Amino acid sequence: MQQSWIILGATSSMARAMARRLAKEGATLFLCGRDMDDLAATAADCLARGAVCAKALLFDARDTDTFAPIIERATAEEGVINCAVFVGSMPEQDAIDATPELIAGVVTDSHIGPATFLQKLAPYIEARGQGTVVGVGSVAGDRGRIGNYVYGSAKAGFATYLSGLRNRLTRAGGHVVTVKPGFVDTAMTWGIEGMFLVASPDAVAGDILTAVARKKNVIYTPFFWRYIMLIIRHIPEFIFKKMSI
Amino acid sequence: MAWNKLTYTGWGRARVASGLVARPERLSTLTRDLTETRAPAFGMRRSYGDGALNHNGRAYDMTRLDRVIAFDPATGVVEVEAGMPIGDLGRAFANKGWIPPVMPGTGFATVGGCIANDVHGKNHHVMGSFGQHVTAITLIQGAKIRKITPKSAPDLWQATVGGLGQTGVIASAKIQLMPCKGDMMVLTERRIDGLDDFLVAFDESRTDYTVGWIDATATGARLGRGILEEGEITSGINKSRDAAKSVPFNAPSWALSAPVVRVFNELYFRRVPAKGRTSVKPITEPFFPLDAIHNWNRLYGKRGFHQFQCVVPMDQVEMLRAMLTRIGTSGLASPLAVLKKMGAGRGGYMSFPMEGYTLAVDFPNRDGAEDLISELTDMAHDAGGRIYFAKDGVASAAQIAGMYPDQDTWAKAVAKADPERAFETDLVRRLGLRDSTGAA
Repeated sequence: MQQSWIILGATSSMARAMARRLAKEGATLFLCGRDMDDLAATAADCLARGAVCAKALLFDARDTDTFAPIIERATAEEGVINCAVFVGSMPEQDAIDATPELIAGVVTDSHIGPATFLQKLAPYIEARGQGTVVGVGSVAGDRGRIGNYVYGSAKAGFATYLSGLRNRLTRAGGHVVTVKPGFVDTAMTWGIEGMFLVASPDAVAGDILTAVARKKNVIYTPFFWRYIMLIIRHIPEFIFKKMSI
Repeated sequence: MAWNKLTYTGWGRARVASGLVARPERLSTLTRDLTETRAPAFGMRRSYGDGALNHNGRAYDMTRLDRVIAFDPATGVVEVEAGMPIGDLGRAFANKGWIPPVMPGTGFATVGGCIANDVHGKNHHVMGSFGQHVTAITLIQGAKIRKITPKSAPDLWQATVGGLGQTGVIASAKIQLMPCKGDMMVLTERRIDGLDDFLVAFDESRTDYTVGWIDATATGARLGRGILEEGEITSGINKSRDAAKSVPFNAPSWALSAPVVRVFNELYFRRVPAKGRTSVKPITEPFFPLDAIHNWNRLYGKRGFHQFQCVVPMDQVEMLRAMLTRIGTSGLASPLAVLKKMGAGRGGYMSFPMEGYTLAVDFPNRDGAEDLISELTDMAHDAGGRIYFAKDGVASAAQIAGMYPDQDTWAKAVAKADPERAFETDLVRRLGLRDSTGAA
């Protein structure tokens, strides 16, 4: 059966890598984001690599008016409708300290926007009785840390949303995969000091698609982050609050 | 925008640079960044020496700009971002009946690098150089973005193709692909007993793809012995997935020592039966024989290695023989040595190819290797030949004077395109290429 994928935040390198892999499998792709030139290039690339159809569509997490046209276009396709969410934004914590109003944007980009979109999409997945949602969170959402707790809190909220959505879609035949990447070699981490065990976007995309095929619920990628975060989550708060990690 | 302080090397790992590197993921980012900061661009850094390095300066890593932007199935013209590896392009289109007409010995080289070095392939005698199949280039020269074709800006075009990135950052390019029957190759391999037999074999060869592996450790009567590979693209689709292996860490220094290489080469020579053999393989294997082993440069240990590549005119066979003799007795040769007959095709002022024989040999970066390469460079010069900048990390400005007759014309065009020398690289500085030396 034809697989269609809505990819939100398709200008990110992880999303691009996943789109490429899906293209090789002959999927139909709706590449959504704000930089239309860049999305058009990715769409052309996906077509060259085997996608049945690849369209660039405008998506702005802060503008809910952009949501309906995407859902309308994607649900016009027959077959399975899937959605992968890569959107999010992470200003420097210093910038947020200076301008706390930035928090609204971070939470909208990483949680409110995508959750609103998925809420609109969910009935269609239920109606078709199949379809997978991939939500990309972050290990930063597992525990609030001094370096990026605003971003972390937005991702934590989104992870909880995904957990509930999984609870809902599972009973209708759908599925939700929560992805928690560790450090990935993207524009976001380029030049940041202290990065280690950095994974390539393509490796992360491969892990995600394996998780989709095996109907995993929550994955860490690369896998060892599960154990790193297991330790970090279990540090008692009275110690953790004095740490800078 | 993020500038990352990096220490990075050419493929041979014998030349090192440290400096700030940006890695834009979108064309809009690259365009914006270049208006503020003009600096040279590099791709996969498959140039062996310092062609992709800018020590104590800035550079753009283009590897994230690696997409097909447009493809016209009627004409076979494809437009790609400059950071796309050429092997990727081959794999994406071969099953649609199109293939890049020229591919270098590694599929990891990016399209931008293929243009900037005007690379050649095993079919140079038939199809010429890579730049001859490029129909348009998007060049970012700072705030100015130019879309050029060979007709719209002939001087700038000739200075850009094979121009080592000195006219600006190549952001994207249109390439005329070549129709092909499939993505398999019929490959015939046979032993060749010595240099003279090799030259005869090249003359008699009628295949599109021809290359000779040389046992560079052989001396005396066996001097120049090796294996001739002749290939033709054939129909059939390769269904096997590329399963690459990787060299996980630096090999010890004895791994490619003289006795090991001698034994390896003997076995490699005998691998092909005395009566020769013919097989059908996925095109990636004969095209990119070493790509199946990622990071094979680590086999040379942490000091790295150099490659020497030159081309000498057809009538300079005796000089070729002298070079092989010198290499054979040096005890420095590695298993990788390649001989090929070149045609005249070249795309720009500073393009490497000329009609003649091209010889490429890897040397571990041990004591004496640089002196030997220097000697070979002088021999190439005396023969009226030239060395290949994509491989070089050793030569001096004086040694290469006169090798490239159009160097002055190129230097003038480059001075016009980049008067502030913002795009200079370590190689261009070392060889003083832009200092308009004049033909010697």
